[in-house]
Amino acid sequence: MKTSPSRRLLVVACGLIYFFLMLPLLVVFPISLSSAPYMQFPPPGLSWQWYERYLDDPQWIDATWRSLYIGGATAVLALALGVPLAFALVRGKFFGRILIDRLALAPVIVPTIILSVAVYGLFAKLKLIGMWYGLVIAHTVLALPFVVLVIGAGLRDFDRSLEQAAEGLGASRWRTLARITLPLLRPSLVSAGLLAFISSFDEVVVALFMAGANMTLPKKMFDNIMMEIDPTIAAVSVMQILLVSIVLVLIGRFGRGLKDSAR
Amino acid sequence: MKSRGFLPALPALILLFVFFLFPVVRMLGFSVEGGTFDWYAKALGEELYLRVFWNTFEIALLVTFFCLLLGYPLGFLMATTTPFWATAGFIFVLLPLWTSVLVRTYAWMVLLGRNGVFNRTLIESGIIADPIPLLHNFTGVLIGMVHVLLPYMVLPIYSAVRKVDPAIPAAAAGLGASSFAIFRRIYLPLTLNGIFAGSVLVFVLSLGFFITPALLGGGRVMMIAVLIEQQVREALNWPFAAALSAVLLVFTFAVYALAQRLTRTETAR
Repeated sequence: MKTSPSRRLLVVACGLIYFFLMLPLLVVFPISLSSAPYMQFPPPGLSWQWYERYLDDPQWIDATWRSLYIGGATAVLALALGVPLAFALVRGKFFGRILIDRLALAPVIVPTIILSVAVYGLFAKLKLIGMWYGLVIAHTVLALPFVVLVIGAGLRDFDRSLEQAAEGLGASRWRTLARITLPLLRPSLVSAGLLAFISSFDEVVVALFMAGANMTLPKKMFDNIMMEIDPTIAAVSVMQILLVSIVLVLIGRFGRGLKDSAR
Repeated sequence: MKSRGFLPALPALILLFVFFLFPVVRMLGFSVEGGTFDWYAKALGEELYLRVFWNTFEIALLVTFFCLLLGYPLGFLMATTTPFWATAGFIFVLLPLWTSVLVRTYAWMVLLGRNGVFNRTLIESGIIADPIPLLHNFTGVLIGMVHVLLPYMVLPIYSAVRKVDPAIPAAAAGLGASSFAIFRRIYLPLTLNGIFAGSVLVFVLSLGFFITPALLGGGRVMMIAVLIEQQVREALNWPFAAALSAVLLVFTFAVYALAQRLTRTETAR
């Protein structure tokens, strides 16, 4: 196919827009390797000092571990609650189904600041501020829509004749679920779980209100950015970008295709 | 109607009721504590706060406009290129999307600051003499927010362009239509739904934005979410924060409801 001039113009324009999209990600790599004692760009030389500072600081490491297990617990809880909910919404027939569907997606529509302030008010009363499981509960509310959307899409595309065949051959409903339905849904389950994990791992607004002294990684980063621009942040950012890339590769490899989830 | 399959929804419903619906309703209740609407009168009556609402609205509108301007070409190219380049395009859109907003905001601070990358480059190349203020102002917030929200515009537009049967533009081209005519007469009307969906999403997300204005605005660009946070954490004024939240929430839902109505009439036609 011959490339028309307008098509070439489009490609050039898109190249610039992609540059805009990737620029912030690209700029943190060189800064994280800077040998300068303060923020300087381009860096005068290379060193691992900011990575060392991150790894040597128990506060950063603590915050990282906390974010990892809060993210993991959120993924588990969001799947445990969200998968049955998606089943009910796609396959069930009951009064108020549409209303529940709206409610399940509402946490992405309601501005996070409102959810954060509201849950903060409640948790302050229940003395749950600073408790890691309080944050897991709030993050699960936020992650539930992702799980319902991804699993729901997987269920709608599901070929039910396979389940009917298993049941026709005498398998119980639970056996069909365990041996046929869930294994076939695995790509959706992987995507939903990883999305829930990332959504919690990156979440900062709720954490800002509720983490208290037990900081998560995003909360610690937010505080650091507010106080000083220290290149340690760049080192943390690079690791965060690498982690997200790994998760995206995992979703691409084992999950439901990214393009399918985007639909 | 026979009811079946409700039970699996129950645990999630309990969570949503106890930790989502109840706290939000409880908090909004603070705004009318004592049976007065004084806090609403303050939020919507005093010029200072009206300006915050107006600011928020203006920023959301501009962010939506720029996201559309940048997002349409990207979505269009991704939908009409070869599978290899489409996948590459997806990676470059999704990688920023899934990178922490904090990381990106930090990077913009490095890029846009007084001694930031942009200003240094421009000064050293002799284009400008003094640094242009790009950070802690309207421009900075705008750039940061467009960057964060652009993927939300690209994805719906991508799927809308994908749905256009490639035979139609091919036929038009065969009959001698110019690229611009093909875009204006075929793609634009057929992808209006995607444009609309992306714009509504970006606009509504902008209204409640917090991190980017808080960090890139440096306290000088007041958006409604930043004001709510200040009222709760610094002023400890819960009733006023609740009234502001209620106004933001009503506005958000109104935009969604309006959008749904418009798409419904459009598909009915």
